[in-house]
Amino acid sequence: MSFETELSKGKFSIPECLTCKKIIWPPSEFCDNCNGETSLKKGEFEGKIIEFSRQDKNYFCMVEFFDSIRLIAKMTTNPKKDQIVKISKCGITNGNYFFEII
Amino acid sequence: MQKVGIIAHGIIPFTKEDHKIESILHKSTNDLFQKNTNIDKKGIDAVLVSTNNNSKYLSPVLSEMVGIQPKIAHSIESLCNSGTNSIVSAYSYISSGLADMVLVSGAERYDSPGQILEWDNSRGEFKHPIFWASIFSKSYKRKFGISDEQLALVSVKNHKQAKENPNAISKKTYTVKDVINSKKLTDDLRLLDCSRPCTGSASVLLASEEMAKKYTDMPIWITGIGQKTTSAGFTKNTSLASMESTKIAGQSALKMSNHTVSDIDVAEVHDAFSVCEPMALESIGFTNPGKGMSMVKELHDTNNFKINPRGGLIGTGHPLGATGISQTIEIVQQIQKTAGNRQTDNANVGLVHNMSAASTSSTVLVLER
Repeated sequence: MSFETELSKGKFSIPECLTCKKIIWPPSEFCDNCNGETSLKKGEFEGKIIEFSRQDKNYFCMVEFFDSIRLIAKMTTNPKKDQIVKISKCGITNGNYFFEII
Repeated sequence: MQKVGIIAHGIIPFTKEDHKIESILHKSTNDLFQKNTNIDKKGIDAVLVSTNNNSKYLSPVLSEMVGIQPKIAHSIESLCNSGTNSIVSAYSYISSGLADMVLVSGAERYDSPGQILEWDNSRGEFKHPIFWASIFSKSYKRKFGISDEQLALVSVKNHKQAKENPNAISKKTYTVKDVINSKKLTDDLRLLDCSRPCTGSASVLLASEEMAKKYTDMPIWITGIGQKTTSAGFTKNTSLASMESTKIAGQSALKMSNHTVSDIDVAEVHDAFSVCEPMALESIGFTNPGKGMSMVKELHDTNNFKINPRGGLIGTGHPLGATGISQTIEIVQQIQKTAGNRQTDNANVGLVHNMSAASTSSTVLVLER
């Protein structure tokens, strides 16, 4: 079970090192700290909007989870800096990840 | 370590036209040899090609086209700062004694695959550089209370300066209103805030002290080199309103050259987008955090070409693999006092700042006579 397999099913998970418990981002099979293997934490995770801008009707926001994962996600409503959000939709299209937050 | 100098250069006008990568590499290299007919090609030990192009074996191809059989021949790819990475590699070959003379030739086509870092999935569906530039712009404006109109001055200044550069893609001048009224790409970025991907090539010849003195009485020495890579992914940037890799690379380069930033008379900084210029000026230490736009305004108001005299990336165009080499040629010309209408006063020590992928990697060079 890999991050991408889960993501392609629309499930966002958090890669964590089995040995040192470091959260690994971008997702990887191995820890960049201790080189141990990683596993996936599942759940509904809350993130914080660090910054955002807008193209046409859609906002794109940099969102931070657990002080270590940062990604850019789409948002259709007006975001605020430091707003707490959750991933509402995610997946892989044409090889590219996509994330949407509410 | 041996001293390493730049002894010759060649360049072609940057354009939106469709040319083969091999052809433009050949043209800028040919320009170099035509301007320096005394150079014995047999003395060139290494040929390095700076590009993100997918064509194969470009360094041996270029070597064959220009009649060189080098000991060392390979390409170097590092997105937008491939050019200065190649110059640093050439420097290393010479200073280590592995080579006496190295040709560095950079080229890119308008449709370069280096414009988008496919690997960086943290950006989600927002992989085009306009998205990181928008986030940088928003963050910089928010932190320092800067307006879109203030940032637009970078584009106004650099287009004005590019008008004096015969190799620049831009031939027009613009007002702040023109920039603000240009196509809105995002809430925080207009079309004229952006450098344009284009077709272009530039070449330099580096040599050891002994070899340099054989060929020219005006070599420009590379006295400082600083490089830093903090990550590959944009979202790993610790600050969205400053450039950490640039700060570290700049400090290293200045330390190596035994200069402080106040000794720098002229500089090329990597203005891929308007916001990058004040961020780079602040990160290198030309001015304090948040004061970059005051510096840009003063330079513009006094028609001082000290920063980005050739027009920067915004005015000149941005053929990725050629950009760092083109920036370096500009500083060489400034120090040699051959920059024509772009010439700045008392240009004796110059600096080149070239970065990649939202400032995740930076190279800074210090050049002088």
